[in-house]
Amino acid sequence: MLSYSSIADKINKVKSGELSLAENVKEYIARIHENKKLNAFNSIFEDESLKEAEKIDAKIKSGKHGKLAGAVIAVKDVLSIKNKPTTCSSKILKDFTALYTATAVQKLIDEDAIIIGKTNCDEFAMGSSNENSAFGNVLNPADNERVPGGSSGGSAAAVAADLCDAALGTDTGGSVRQPAAFCGVFGLKPSYGRVSRYGLTAFASSFDCIGTLTKNAEDAALILEVISGKDKCDSTSYETPVPEYSKNLNFEKKFKIGLPKECFGEGLSEEIKKAVDSLVKELSSKGFEIVDITLPHSEYTIATYYILTTAEASSNLARYDGAKYGYRSGKSSTLIDMYKSSRSEGFGTEVKRRIMLGTYVLSAGYYDAYYLKAQKVRRLIKNDFDKAFEKVDLILTPTAPTTAFKIGEKSDDPLEMYLSDIYTTSANLAGIPGISFPYSKDSNGLPIGLQFLSKQFDELSLLQMSSFIQKTHLK
Amino acid sequence: MPVTLKDAKHIAELARLEFSGEELESFTHQLNQILEYVEKLNELDTENVEPLSHPVEGNNAFREDELKPSINREEALKNAPDRDEEFFRVPKVIG
Repeated sequence: MLSYSSIADKINKVKSGELSLAENVKEYIARIHENKKLNAFNSIFEDESLKEAEKIDAKIKSGKHGKLAGAVIAVKDVLSIKNKPTTCSSKILKDFTALYTATAVQKLIDEDAIIIGKTNCDEFAMGSSNENSAFGNVLNPADNERVPGGSSGGSAAAVAADLCDAALGTDTGGSVRQPAAFCGVFGLKPSYGRVSRYGLTAFASSFDCIGTLTKNAEDAALILEVISGKDKCDSTSYETPVPEYSKNLNFEKKFKIGLPKECFGEGLSEEIKKAVDSLVKELSSKGFEIVDITLPHSEYTIATYYILTTAEASSNLARYDGAKYGYRSGKSSTLIDMYKSSRSEGFGTEVKRRIMLGTYVLSAGYYDAYYLKAQKVRRLIKNDFDKAFEKVDLILTPTAPTTAFKIGEKSDDPLEMYLSDIYTTSANLAGIPGISFPYSKDSNGLPIGLQFLSKQFDELSLLQMSSFIQKTHLK
Repeated sequence: MPVTLKDAKHIAELARLEFSGEELESFTHQLNQILEYVEKLNELDTENVEPLSHPVEGNNAFREDELKPSINREEALKNAPDRDEEFFRVPKVIG
């Protein structure tokens, strides 16, 4: 459908009169309605988007416009926009209206992006398949019987199905990268602290990152440079300068790329393994040095991740008590009963399971054995990466062990579902950035995504390398 | 050390959640499965390892403790499930 190759190209075409922004937004809205069965959106802002389109069209033609002028962007429904619903795809926040706008979203708006709507996701961003949404499954555009991945499943599906130019997602353990891989788009998770979390509903505060889902590396670069930076409203946002990623995608450097031997063992699909082998060949033939490396604590990442994130979640989700906002059960006669029944009726099964596990690992007598132990192993995992990045610039792995699985296939076994994040959680444990880029398709025609990881605050190398692969391989 | 039904009930109480008997049984079983899996962390000697609570270290932020305008009362009450003119309304706390 699209007559432009990137957001930058779109701006040029609007400027030259080749493209009408109002028509473009109308077309997106029509496509969203035509693809209703994908269930990618929780809410759509039709009238406002159309009004904005006219305003921004004029701005572009006047030559005075923001970096993302006219870019149609969808936002995962865990990020707040003032006076709009923020549901987190949970019954407990079904009728909640946000009082302020998340910094990352405000920055998009300030650069003249058009926010088209809010996307479906796993409840409170907890899940790997989007099957935990209170508002129903999202379908994978590549095969409607399969999951889009999660938790940013709606964002990934919306970008893949051409329902918007790009989307924001959030990534606590792979929730941007894994759905990007399953749907065949680019998913970038920045370093922890690169993008302000102000206005992002907290799941696991020392892991949560806002990231981008895009059709190409250029758009990821452009959006990242807009949303990054220190924010006085988030004390964990980082001071380090933000490069102009979008103007620095060309490079001369012959990156040294590490292949961690732990990422190619049991559980990895043969076809994905072959895709990695084929990329490795391509890259060596182009003069990149490929080295075998080791991340010795890889096998402990899922266990560490689930102890720490559920602990943080059990504490963060204590705020949903039915008192000041959110769902309140009608069945309560005492305050404590009100808390219990509101939470029990308002939260879905996976959220309750994680609150239970998190409460257990933090409870008296178990804190040292589980929580403290996991924090120590978190350091060992981060040390592995620190050591690896002394030797290499980038690490290449699969994004997920399989391509998109069937709806219902793993929903009865939480542990098996957790293992689908095996290659992605380590980046969140170590606070490093990662990107999933579409590389090829498997024999069922399903997208295969591969992942690059780099050291903290080196998003530029990830963007450069995936842009290079996009230009040389994907064409 | 497996979690018993009684333990699970206690955890649910701490988390302000309640479950039917069947749900609690299924949660207890799943919790045990997950805990059995995470036992593998005990293979590692972490005696002299400093815990890592935050992936980007040395980013302590201090600021003056100043009074600043925040949301007004009407905004704060906007999402309340039950309220009067000025306050959130909840079930009786003191009997």
